[in-house]
Amino acid sequence: MSMGMTDMVKISDGAAEGSYLTDGWTLRSWLLSTDHKRIALLYLGSITFFFFIGGAAAALVRLNLIVPEGLLGSAEAYNRLFTMHGVIMVWFFLVPAVPVTLGNFLIPLMLGARDLAFPRLNLFTWYLFITGGAITLWALFVGGVDTGWTFYTPLSTTYSQGHVVLAAVGIFISGFASIATGLNFIVSIHRLRAPGLTWYRMPVFLWSIYSLSVLLVLATPVLAITLLLLALERLFHIGVFDPAIGGDPLLFQHLFWFYSHPAVYIMILPGFGVVSEIIPTFSRKSIFGYKFVVWASVSIAVISFFVWGHHMFVAGTSVYSAVLFSILSYLVAVPSAIKVFNWLGTMHKGFVRFDAPMLYALGFIGLFTIGGLTGLWVAALAADVHLTQTYFVVAHFHYIMVGGMVSAFFGGLHFWWPKITGRMYPEMWARVAALIMFIGFNITFFPQFILGLLGMPRRYFSYSPDFQVLNVLSSAGASVLASAYLLPLAYLTWSLFHGERAPANPWGATGLEWQTTSPPPTVNFVEIPVVTEGPYAYPPPETVHQQNV
Amino acid sequence: MSSTVAHDFQYESASYQAQTAVAGMWLFLATEVLFFGGMILTWIYSRHWNQLGFDAGVRQTDLSIGTLNTFVLVTSSFVYALGLLFIREGNIRQLIRCCVVTLVLGLIFLALKFGVEWPEDFAHHLFPSAPNFKISGPSEGGARLFFIFYFIGTALHGVHMVVGIGLLLWVIRRARRGEFSPSYHTPVTVVGLYWSFVDIVWLTLYPLIYLIGRGR
Repeated sequence: MSMGMTDMVKISDGAAEGSYLTDGWTLRSWLLSTDHKRIALLYLGSITFFFFIGGAAAALVRLNLIVPEGLLGSAEAYNRLFTMHGVIMVWFFLVPAVPVTLGNFLIPLMLGARDLAFPRLNLFTWYLFITGGAITLWALFVGGVDTGWTFYTPLSTTYSQGHVVLAAVGIFISGFASIATGLNFIVSIHRLRAPGLTWYRMPVFLWSIYSLSVLLVLATPVLAITLLLLALERLFHIGVFDPAIGGDPLLFQHLFWFYSHPAVYIMILPGFGVVSEIIPTFSRKSIFGYKFVVWASVSIAVISFFVWGHHMFVAGTSVYSAVLFSILSYLVAVPSAIKVFNWLGTMHKGFVRFDAPMLYALGFIGLFTIGGLTGLWVAALAADVHLTQTYFVVAHFHYIMVGGMVSAFFGGLHFWWPKITGRMYPEMWARVAALIMFIGFNITFFPQFILGLLGMPRRYFSYSPDFQVLNVLSSAGASVLASAYLLPLAYLTWSLFHGERAPANPWGATGLEWQTTSPPPTVNFVEIPVVTEGPYAYPPPETVHQQNV
Repeated sequence: MSSTVAHDFQYESASYQAQTAVAGMWLFLATEVLFFGGMILTWIYSRHWNQLGFDAGVRQTDLSIGTLNTFVLVTSSFVYALGLLFIREGNIRQLIRCCVVTLVLGLIFLALKFGVEWPEDFAHHLFPSAPNFKISGPSEGGARLFFIFYFIGTALHGVHMVVGIGLLLWVIRRARRGEFSPSYHTPVTVVGLYWSFVDIVWLTLYPLIYLIGRGR
């Protein structure tokens, strides 16, 4: 924590002029930077790396499932691959992705602040994150883990042959990066809002980040202690979860999902935030029902702590608790639906433009809605008994995580790319990529709903030949999806050098981040802005209409 | 550390920054509550299902050392709080003295816990995966479970104590350099919060380890 020694604030000339990208060219000026914008880019590089590692594992999983007897020839290898895919994607891409990149970059800008509350802590989290990531990757490459990303006991403590402890240590360490990041965000939002920026004048993105940060801060420590107990049991044969001496293996599942269900909302809440920024901008309209949208984020965060039991309906929990968890899970659908309706209401009678970020946002709404509605199927007790552990569940959460969250991430990345890099991305290519991503995604995952309904179990190396057509379709879709992910990697990199120079506010958006230059100077704002009105103060549609006519 | 001032440009004043640091520490302690809370929940839950074994385990613990340690730790927090009062008056010398006493009390706690009590436990075959575990019969499993929590709980608490001692040394060093004054002593406040929290964790562990079920 940085402690002020003086009331004087000194801003060096270099920090106020030019941009944060030109303020120092050495490797040191990046690796030891406490500038939230540079740290955001360090994170962006890291999570992109993890995304492609996790993606490669997914590609091999889909490759294996092309033929019923399994193309890879080894169930062991297959188990390790899907575990690697899950572990990397959940902890090293989905959970951190938006908060540490876009969040890190945008929170101070949206607050009208010069940095986060604890800049050195922010840098430290990046080192924790890549240390944890490196350890986990190492565990996965020197032999891997075959427990699935959920590490259920007693498989993980007693029977698994893999490097469970090493993988857990990596996740444990990166967990502290999560905790410190969430802490930094919460304190920054409380303490560093610009004059006049009241809570109800904050953009929805900040409310989403705030809500997910509360989850990060309160849920992650429980994962940390759970993984610690797991690792100690495996290392020293002292079994908290060992039924032989009176321990309870189910307790592990309770503790694990007490973190991992809120973690689902840690992954999707920032997506809500991003989409809530994009849609008003490209509809030229204030968001419909602002207070409902922000309180929906907060209530999702709160309710998400009380639904973990729906992962354990078939794990021998009592019927009464299962009924309760089922009802609570239905409850969480209410604020989610409020959000979807309010985005639609925002577009209604707006001047909708279909730029690439908007295409990603629209894709998000469609895919998230499917993912959310199928979530009700698996939250229903009777249906879940049939659907649990099948491909239906896999399809459901990929619709939320990939269809929803990854679409939103790409939407946000395109939306703020001009601000982050000072360059415009090629619009035509971006629209093409958004479209291919949407199509490829649906080809990959829609067949999995049908497979699940037909009864194909998840996490199996081989399957009944009846399922082959749909599996081949899914794998074909995965290759379309993979090419859609490679496209932005290519054209966004190209735009770094050859893209058109971006103006300060290319979208004509409201929001403090658009009022400084693109890219912003190191100090963000030479003069701290004063906020006098709510977010999304677009001119009333009538006046815009008259101008356009 | 080198460019402290340059990193502070997001704050409007040093006092505002100081309050922010205190807020950050409170929030950090909230995460710690969840961290220890996860273990304590597991502890109480396991005790509920294995009461005989846990009671047998509790009776094997050394109540006198535990009680003495509780006294030592509470006193250390009290002395540290005195130091905070002194620095508010600008009395650096007394602050340092209080920090040193706190530090010594912390070391006494660690010495009693890990230098005396743990070796005794090992000598009495109380390590939970020991093949010749002291307690046998129907309560053996539960007693092993109890000692799992005993060792993990005290070890985690000990790790936090060691971190706290490191922080105390840091406060002492900065105090000796004359960096603290009545208007600026945020690190003293923040470390005090942490130290008291670690103290409170012990106050939760103490009955779980030494008291509950002892009379049964």
